Amino acid sequence: MRSIADPGRSALMIRRLLIAALLALAPLATPAFADEPIQVTVADAFLELHTGPGKGYPIDYVVERDESVVILMRRTNWFKVRTENGREGWVRERDMELTLDAYGEPVRFRSVSRTEFMTSRWEVGALTGDFGGANIVNAYAGYSMSGNLSVELAFSQVLGNFSNGYIGSANLVHQTWPEWRVSPFFTLGTGVIRTEPKSTLVAADDRTDQFAQVGGGFRAWLTRRLIFRAEYKSYVIFTSQDENEEIEEWKIGFGFFF
Amino acid sequence: MEDRLRVLFLIGLAVGASGCSWMPFVGGGQPAPAGEPVDGDDRPVQVIEPEVERRDIKTARIDTEDFEVGIYGGIMSVEDFGSNPSYGARLAYHVNELLFVEAAVGRTDTEETSFERLSGAAELLTDEEREFIYYNMSLGLNIFPGEAFLGANRAYTQSLYVIGGLGSTRFADDDRFTINLGFGYRFLVTDSIALHVDFRDHLFDIDILGEEKTVNNLEGHLGFTVFF
Repeated sequence: MRSIADPGRSALMIRRLLIAALLALAPLATPAFADEPIQVTVADAFLELHTGPGKGYPIDYVVERDESVVILMRRTNWFKVRTENGREGWVRERDMELTLDAYGEPVRFRSVSRTEFMTSRWEVGALTGDFGGANIVNAYAGYSMSGNLSVELAFSQVLGNFSNGYIGSANLVHQTWPEWRVSPFFTLGTGVIRTEPKSTLVAADDRTDQFAQVGGGFRAWLTRRLIFRAEYKSYVIFTSQDENEEIEEWKIGFGFFF
Repeated sequence: MEDRLRVLFLIGLAVGASGCSWMPFVGGGQPAPAGEPVDGDDRPVQVIEPEVERRDIKTARIDTEDFEVGIYGGIMSVEDFGSNPSYGARLAYHVNELLFVEAAVGRTDTEETSFERLSGAAELLTDEEREFIYYNMSLGLNIFPGEAFLGANRAYTQSLYVIGGLGSTRFADDDRFTINLGFGYRFLVTDSIALHVDFRDHLFDIDILGEEKTVNNLEGHLGFTVFF
């Protein structure tokens, strides 16, 4: 919420009451950011304050050179700041980098770039696609041991016309060129699949089988922490029947690294 | 650090040169004969270390609020099975000012179909099978960002969004692959608390009433979320 007029008497009263309430509650809360608020000085000709965290929100205030602002919080690549005279607004990351810190040095923020895409350790995501003619919904989490090699755990739900099922798997993923923006990978894994034939069909028992899988795909960096991922896997399911069952799987989806 | 080692090495050298070379070398090896330059280093030896105070460079710690968590409640119409209260929970991550991803779980109860009620025939489903539970993962796009004005002195940030995704629905003793599509309205009471109004269509194939058909299950709900 933003106050359009200068804070009036009633607003001041409300603020005092709020502060009193906050002070009363303060011992209960653990301050996550106990550090001094970060104050920066405008070094460019001016600093534009938007009414909200996005380009679409209008600019309603401008801070001049050599004035300072306090950074209150961050949402995606926008920063909420408070000026010396109490105005609050949102500033784009690119503009924030044209300010100076207390030592007179340009301010740098931890922004997410392609470098992080290459060096990050953790990745989580969700994929969907086709598993031997059935739909599949998948969630995965991976940990990168080196730039090239990572381990992944995945859980999938298979939703077919004749049977449903669940798949749990562990995979080794090798990226040959992790420095590429679109980076191919190869994967090898094993796990278990639980198949539950639909009740409307001839009564068949649920069964759990082990499988091995091999596949490949690519990860593509989109923006900030978001990646697009597509992969193909070939499954060999070691069934209790005479022959092993072979299934092909195609999936696409999105992931995040951090 | 290297400078310090070099100084130690030179002290050793000096001691060795003055004829007191009984002292074993810390790093092992024989002391170089006096007068010979140290291997690969012909720069003047720096004896005094400059006292430059190193400044600690602190990474700015800023309260980053990219996640949004909340609950919602509303009404859901399940095709052929009536409209009933629904509720759920959701977690969203804001990728940038335009895009966000959301994971949600929700449930509702369903009623008897008109056929069951009118014919007086045996019920199609048990009470447990009438429970409708869904989960989904969706991608949202913020459109039309703007402000809402309340009276003359207050402005609130707001945004419309379109959202769609995939998931699964458990209904009538089966899990069904479900597509959801819809739109919503986000009204930020403060920069960290938001109210939502959402309309969502959950589509899946079902064959419980004879032939397989695609059903639309519309849900409208009000929600409350907190950014963290």
